[in-house]
Amino acid sequence: MKFESPAGRNPIDQGRVVGVAQPRIDGPLKVSGLAPYSHEYHAEAPGVAYGVMLGAGIGKGRITAIDTSAAEAAPGVLLVLTYKNAPRQFDIGHAPPGSPAPKKGEKPGRHNAPQLQGPAIKHFDQSVALVVAESFEQARAAAQLVHVSYAAAPGKFDLAAEKQHGTVPEDAPDSVVGDFDAAFAAAPTTVDVTYTTPDQAHSMMEPQASMARWDGDTLTLWTSHQIVHWAVDGVAGTLGIPTDKVRVISAYVGGGFGSKLMIYGDPILAALAARQLGRPVKVALTRPQIYNHTSHRPATIQRLRLGADSNGKLLAIGHDVWCGNQPGGEPEKAADQTKLLYAGANRLLRTRQTLLDLPLGASMRAPGEAVGLLALECAMDELAEKLGIDPIELRIRNDTRYDPEKGPERPFSTRQLVECLRTGAERFGWSRRDPVPGKVRDGRWLIGYGVAAAIRNNLTVASGARVRLGGDGVLTIQTQMTDIGTGSYTILAQIGAEMLGLPIDKVRVELGDSSFPQAAGSGGSWGANSSGAGLFYACRNLRDAIAAKAGYNSTDVQFADGRISANGHSRSLAEIAGHDGIAAEGKVEFGDLTKQYAQAAFGAHFAEVAVDSITCEVRVRRMLSVCAAGRIINPQTARSQCLGGMAMGIGAALMEDQIVDTRFGYFVNHDLAEYHVPVHADIPDMEVIFLDELDDKSSPIKAKGVGELGICGVGAAVANAVHNATGARIRDYPLTLDRIMAKITVPAVA
Amino acid sequence: MPVTRRDAMMIGGAAVAAAATGGNAAVPHQPPAPVAITLRVNGKARRLSIDPRVTLLDALREHLHLTGTKKGCDHGQCGACTVTVEGRRINSCLSLAVMHHGDAIGTIEGLGRPGALHPMQAAFVAHDGFQCGYCTPGQICSAVAMLAEIRAGIPSHVTDDLMQVAFSDAEVRERMSGNICRCAAYPNIVAAIRDVQEAGA
Ligand code: FES
Ligand code: FES
Repeated sequence: MKFESPAGRNPIDQGRVVGVAQPRIDGPLKVSGLAPYSHEYHAEAPGVAYGVMLGAGIGKGRITAIDTSAAEAAPGVLLVLTYKNAPRQFDIGHAPPGSPAPKKGEKPGRHNAPQLQGPAIKHFDQSVALVVAESFEQARAAAQLVHVSYAAAPGKFDLAAEKQHGTVPEDAPDSVVGDFDAAFAAAPTTVDVTYTTPDQAHSMMEPQASMARWDGDTLTLWTSHQIVHWAVDGVAGTLGIPTDKVRVISAYVGGGFGSKLMIYGDPILAALAARQLGRPVKVALTRPQIYNHTSHRPATIQRLRLGADSNGKLLAIGHDVWCGNQPGGEPEKAADQTKLLYAGANRLLRTRQTLLDLPLGASMRAPGEAVGLLALECAMDELAEKLGIDPIELRIRNDTRYDPEKGPERPFSTRQLVECLRTGAERFGWSRRDPVPGKVRDGRWLIGYGVAAAIRNNLTVASGARVRLGGDGVLTIQTQMTDIGTGSYTILAQIGAEMLGLPIDKVRVELGDSSFPQAAGSGGSWGANSSGAGLFYACRNLRDAIAAKAGYNSTDVQFADGRISANGHSRSLAEIAGHDGIAAEGKVEFGDLTKQYAQAAFGAHFAEVAVDSITCEVRVRRMLSVCAAGRIINPQTARSQCLGGMAMGIGAALMEDQIVDTRFGYFVNHDLAEYHVPVHADIPDMEVIFLDELDDKSSPIKAKGVGELGICGVGAAVANAVHNATGARIRDYPLTLDRIMAKITVPAVA
Repeated sequence: MPVTRRDAMMIGGAAVAAAATGGNAAVPHQPPAPVAITLRVNGKARRLSIDPRVTLLDALREHLHLTGTKKGCDHGQCGACTVTVEGRRINSCLSLAVMHHGDAIGTIEGLGRPGALHPMQAAFVAHDGFQCGYCTPGQICSAVAMLAEIRAGIPSHVTDDLMQVAFSDAEVRERMSGNICRCAAYPNIVAAIRDVQEAGA
């Protein structure tokens, strides 16, 4: 079904199961350790061999010699692959044979990830060898015996030094409205500030891992991926085989945050080795390899220029972004949210991307907005301070009902930013904030409050599902959709239950298998809304099939309590399904409502921090997020999504920083002891409020996404709170103790 | 009394002498001979003939096919591999299986199963104390053992009075900080643990 006009009333609006807090249906399996992740399918792969990948020890250059003889002679070793003996593979640009032409603007074979194809080294920990042995310990020991010599070449590893060479990325053209220069020059109050955000690592808890098994010419791959058909395309394209010869299973994914939107060495190397050895092979990346072998959120340098009149109305908004990446890598579109967040007649947004030889930069939770808001929302705080206007009031004065670049002909489908700010201010006790830094103390601790607005663009993606009602009255849902912790299993069960009038325990959900109908997958916060909409149509088709089989042709058919009824008659669904059951499929495709309407989820984040006046240690004492994100299908799992985003936002503000060694071109702190992510002790109790909202332009289920909204702006709220506590305005993330200490304006108290 | 930051830091500062670490030992070219051991896993004796390089974690996951215990980092930085040995929680990736001959090992599979969950497992489900679920078995094993540590009067870094060790949210957050959850279900995990503590108190 094409969704191209606003949704009317439909069974989802009953709110019997949808919209009600529901514990995860996959919970009991997960808490008892029985949910299988990709490295854990023992029964499916008897005689599995273990592969250990070896990564390059230089950032750029070439392999001059590679000696595998000692490794090959080591006990238990079955195979050593290097560029000298690895089968030829296909790079980006080569689609899997027989696949349809790519969509406009999409590169063929864009998910390909060939391994061991030559001596050239493009980044640190690029795969240079795979050692396969009977046991993991044998493979790991033998991998140490592979001797690789390199000739290192000079590389470009320093964004600040390279930014002058940046060019306009194809998919981030300049956005010019009005006359920014003149308006900024004439504005009575201005800020002109430059913020930097560092490279960041997804650091999901399950490392990338894959197990490959060939049955004839067909590959089954258990791998940890967010979008199953992308994994199929990438593996088939790389190996040069048709997509119907690759089955991918990602039933449980131990976190992704964007990292698992791509394939890396593990699935390709496992597949190559398994084919050569004629037995299953599994390959897991080690934790330290993840940081330099896979992808990361790229660093940015951002210059914000805001000009306002004396009432705080924005006259000029300028946002310049510099970022870098490998050739072919995407830009970090940190100016994107600035297109939509505030009104203002004169606007200039520019992105410049330069070549860097660091590992590939790619999507991490809310690519673009997450770092863009770190800069924009602090610059707004700086402007508020200069104007002497409350930061919440300043944001409210610059609210807009339509896309400020396009004008009133493109209104927002929904936009409750002001309501989020006002509700939050009241619930958080914003009136207790003293705008003068350093005024509120608790012993030696300085207390500060900070706020930031949040916006995350609403993306929608085609998605399908298959449903079957059995003679036992159980509805089974099958779709390629994945659950990476987002709650997909549960929300799809809720939608199925709502549509068919069943209790949730009569719904079974099977996900993450490429033999099921293609689905949106988990990325860009489109998963719940898009896969839910696909399931909605599948269920609607099933309702029609059930009604037809029952002989009810009335349009006024009710599904409730496991029964179908019409015109005073009623029959049990189980009985109608009978021995053979009834099945249906459905799929959503999206028309141009996202063009006609600006669609986004909005929020406001509030943070209270305590900063030690002596050591400048920052403790977040409490946080509140108020979100308006369309229908909230499951308030419990949605809240958890937001909590996770808030914690990651605290990490971005205070600790997360992949430090580049610009001499050798790699991330130095490549493990969980050195790349700091928030732990229990860093995260207080936090509160989330969802405002009532239905977005009928977004999909038939009227939902949007929250997984990324949760992080957008959080770091800025924390940074603004640190400023309020200490007077220190830190423009380089993260706000570590040394940076605060260098700028604190408030005396220490013992 | 105002003090300078430097003063305050000097008072608390202490020089730490770093021990020199040796170079890599030569990699043995002869395979180590397998060792026969018995692990008492969740109350059952499990006999293994095992490469002495196998960690307790990999013995569980790859040899006994008890994959509930997770590998997040394989070197003691994340807590996903937390199990109990003789009732005390440890990172099973930092311990070799051969060191545990005869030991009682407790894993997530031994705590409870769907339909018969341990109270801590049930509380995690009720409070949504996880998302992707990968850190979860480690969190749960850690939480159960952590409550026992508090009951046993073992103090932590945030304990004010070493003679009065008592349950508090701050104690939980401190003692659970070795179990990283990147999905950051932290507030919900603390709520789940609080529930179990209150029900058992
Ligand atoms: S796997 Fe043992 S601590 Fe991470
Ligand atoms: S639930 Fe995903 S890491 Fe904790």
